[in-house]
Amino acid sequence: MEFINTFIKTAFIENLVLSYFLGMCSYLAVSKSVKTAFGLGMAVIFVLGITMPINWLINEYLLSENGLFGMDLTFLRFILFIATIAAMVQLVEMVVEKFSPALYAALGIFLPLITVNCAILGGSLFMVSREYNLSNSIAFGLGGGFGWFLAIIAIAAIREKIRYSNVPPALRGLGMAFILTGLMGIAFMSLMGIDPAAFASK
Amino acid sequence: MAETAVKEKEPILAFGKKERQLLTDPLNDNNPITVQVLGICSALAVTSLVYPAFVMAIAVTLVTAFSNLFTSMLRQFIPKSVRMIVQLVVIATLVTIVELMLKYFNYPIYKQLSVYIGLIITNCIVMGRLEAFAMANKPWRSFLDGIGNGLGYGAILIIVAIIRELFGKGSLFAGSPIEIKIIGPTADYLINTTQSTLFGWYTNNNLMVLPAAAMFIIGILIWIQRSRNTKLIDVS
Repeated sequence: MEFINTFIKTAFIENLVLSYFLGMCSYLAVSKSVKTAFGLGMAVIFVLGITMPINWLINEYLLSENGLFGMDLTFLRFILFIATIAAMVQLVEMVVEKFSPALYAALGIFLPLITVNCAILGGSLFMVSREYNLSNSIAFGLGGGFGWFLAIIAIAAIREKIRYSNVPPALRGLGMAFILTGLMGIAFMSLMGIDPAAFASK
Repeated sequence: MAETAVKEKEPILAFGKKERQLLTDPLNDNNPITVQVLGICSALAVTSLVYPAFVMAIAVTLVTAFSNLFTSMLRQFIPKSVRMIVQLVVIATLVTIVELMLKYFNYPIYKQLSVYIGLIITNCIVMGRLEAFAMANKPWRSFLDGIGNGLGYGAILIIVAIIRELFGKGSLFAGSPIEIKIIGPTADYLINTTQSTLFGWYTNNNLMVLPAAAMFIIGILIWIQRSRNTKLIDVS
């Protein structure tokens, strides 16, 4: 039950984009059409879901004091995490290319871009600072990815429509995207009323 | 200033017109946040107070400047196929150094910035400047470009933070040694703390503390900048 609890919490209440601003760069750059946004969103769910448990294992069994080397290696955390992410993205890219050329074509250039998406590294760092266990970190990865997916699809749909509206020229494009994201953030805040603990107690 | 640099034998640490432009361009025409749209993630998250934003700006400037410098020095030895990994290792090392220094010198701020210090690694400014500038330019110019972009980023960060803290909390530099309360009933310069004083009536605007406010402020900053500088307007 804790799994669902964490999933709902990270996907809706503590949405990675709208309340922590993680992955804003690609969120703003790739949200001009719903189709590409969909591809990137799927790729983020994929990579977050995979890297989160791996980074958890690395942090727990290699870097911590009672891990494999028996000493506190946490100062290597950044380097190892980013290396894992880069390696996993590369691996996922090769696997997807081999087994599902259709999905590979759909994701296109977005897979390699994900390496520098702050949401992935940020997720791993949040996981460490919140001291999640393994199942929670899987839920956090999937939920965070899903929340990111929802946010980018929503903004892409709004931006597709707003192209036909009469926005002041200086606000067109980027400026409007910022203000829309702010409004979406306020809308998502209404989900704070959800009590994930209620699901867990059932 | 006269152009002293000779074309063939340029001094390594020249500081001419071009170098000055590298420093000033990112402040307005080529601002990393409002024009290049790089490094938004951390820009928004740390701006609810001025002091952490200031520390963040310094940290990012250091990391961009030195990662630009080192990558530019290494650029002839980096094979193209693994350049991303090499760049990430350079950045991650520098960020680790910055993190450890911050942890040592100012632990409360380190706690407050939490994961966002680590996120400088994936801050698109750093990576973007490495790809766009340092891989193709000499070390000294790359270093200046790094400083310029760090400052351009810091400028926006601090403007947003001042607006958010002033209207959200009524203070400036909260948490630092020079903390000052400017508006609201408990403002520092008020002698009698009654409502009759200049800004004593002010009630904190809680919207400004919310993440969404940062979005609105940056959106409005972009609006102002583009209406003054019409060549930046998005035509698509």
